[in-house]
Amino acid sequence: MPQLEYSSPSTADDAVRALAAAGGSAKVLAGGTDLLVQLRSGRIRPSVIVDLKRIAGAVGIREEAGAFVIGAATPGAVLGEHAALSKAWPGVVEAANLIGSTQVQGRATLAGNLCNASPAADSVPAMIAAGATCVVVGPKGRREIPVEQVPKGPGETSLAPDEFLLEIRLPPRPPRSADAYLRLIPRTEMDIAVVGAGVSLTLDAEGVITAARVALGAVAPTVILVPEAGAALVGSRLGDQALEKLDAAAKAAARPISDKRGTVDYRTNIAGVLARRAATIAYQRAESRA
Amino acid sequence: MSKQHVTTTVNGDPTEFLAAPGTTLLDALRDELGLTGAKEGCGSGDCGACSVVVDGRLVCSCLMLAPEAEGRRIETIEGMAQGGRLHPLQQKFLEHAALQCGFCTPGFLVAAKALLERNPDPDETEIRYWLAGNLCRCTGYDKIVRAVMDAAAEMRQVRRAS
Ligand SMILES: Cc1cc2nc3c(=O)[nH]c(=O)nc-3n(C[C@H](O)[C@H](O)[C@H](O)COP(=O)(O)OP(=O)(O)OC[C@H]3O[C@@H](n4cnc5c(N)ncnc54)[C@H](O)[C@@H]3O)c2cc1C
Ligand code: FES
Ligand code: FES
Repeated sequence: MPQLEYSSPSTADDAVRALAAAGGSAKVLAGGTDLLVQLRSGRIRPSVIVDLKRIAGAVGIREEAGAFVIGAATPGAVLGEHAALSKAWPGVVEAANLIGSTQVQGRATLAGNLCNASPAADSVPAMIAAGATCVVVGPKGRREIPVEQVPKGPGETSLAPDEFLLEIRLPPRPPRSADAYLRLIPRTEMDIAVVGAGVSLTLDAEGVITAARVALGAVAPTVILVPEAGAALVGSRLGDQALEKLDAAAKAAARPISDKRGTVDYRTNIAGVLARRAATIAYQRAESRA
Repeated sequence: MSKQHVTTTVNGDPTEFLAAPGTTLLDALRDELGLTGAKEGCGSGDCGACSVVVDGRLVCSCLMLAPEAEGRRIETIEGMAQGGRLHPLQQKFLEHAALQCGFCTPGFLVAAKALLERNPDPDETEIRYWLAGNLCRCTGYDKIVRAVMDAAAEMRQVRRAS
């Protein structure tokens, strides 16, 4: 391995300085479950590793006026143990907890899953459906952007080399809202999604859907938000007709590739199936909150 | 490459070691500290043979950089037996023949101990899911699962009696 430095700044500003000083050859470290694999295989050769875990607030979850703010270095296991977060956002938490094994859950983060920018990243469809935003820190200060603006293509993000994600924010939840995430994998644990679908929706007192967001994973170069799929649900009680429209919209948005995990046709069909099933689960969850 | 000085607690003992920044905690445990219980099966987070507990969390030591251990509390398989007395899990692994070559065993024991500390009465499904990140090429898993269930039962009984 070439010369490599490890730095663990205690403030966000110091982290930005460390990234800027490396002039593009630094890598941010959160849980390391992607980074270490890439480092050890020689796929990446950074000069500096900037570990976020010592920055105040980087590990942990706080509630702010109904919103949940999740520090960028918070591992999946911590999300699953947080009762209020799990109740408000069951879909985001179930998606995060699908990542890897117990050991991986002890380290893997939402922000790392997002910034690794795999089209099959499990937590990303759930976060996009949830309308999650992230706080990006860089030399010019902070900005807040929707999660879907981070991935640009496989392994590529919209962040500058001297920027990083400080936290992820889940917005305040209206009553009778819920979300769900489903993925298809050939086994029940430890595999990469063939397709993933996240759905988040809100009902009125009569059970009519007033807002819905649908996102799909592993059917395009990045995880995609499918506005037509969300629109197909609004105004319905998730009857057969709405589900059919959702299915068609999800399939129409899917632009997958064929590989050993599935063909284009298979993935396209499954995108419709999973969107319907995830919507059904989210709807039942939302109803049970009435 | 300059090595970094790291201060940690390993199995309750204050411990210091030197580590090159790009090396893993697994490398440091094995090569710097001579704690060779944790194994490298894959080096990519898939097999769990390198399992250790860091600040109470089960992790793969092959996916953690050695300098990240600064100030952390690390528990390894070497800390499991107390003064030569085997932990109930170790004893039950022997009784149930839950190992053959033994390469995966330290990882399974560390992971199973972490499970029983959270859930003293797991059912078979919970055990299989918790241990899904530990691979064994010899036993076929059934004996491992039975050993964990039996150890859990014994530990519950001891707790009730005391
Ligand atoms: C055995 C195993 C099983 C896995 N199973 C799954 C699975 O089922 N589903 C799935 O989606 N993934 C899976 N993964 C991949 C991985 O665990 C996830 O992508 C995880 O969420 C990455 O998070 P991390 O904190 O470990 O990221 P890291 O490895 O720390 O970082 C990943 C990438 O993002 C960058 N990065 C991290 N944090 C930030 C930040 N805050 N700001 C800017 N850039 C950042 C890093 O520089 C790096 O390029 C698996 C990995 C392993 C080893
Ligand atoms: S060696 Fe760490 S998981 Fe296989
Ligand atoms: S006993 Fe040989 S790998 Fe498990």
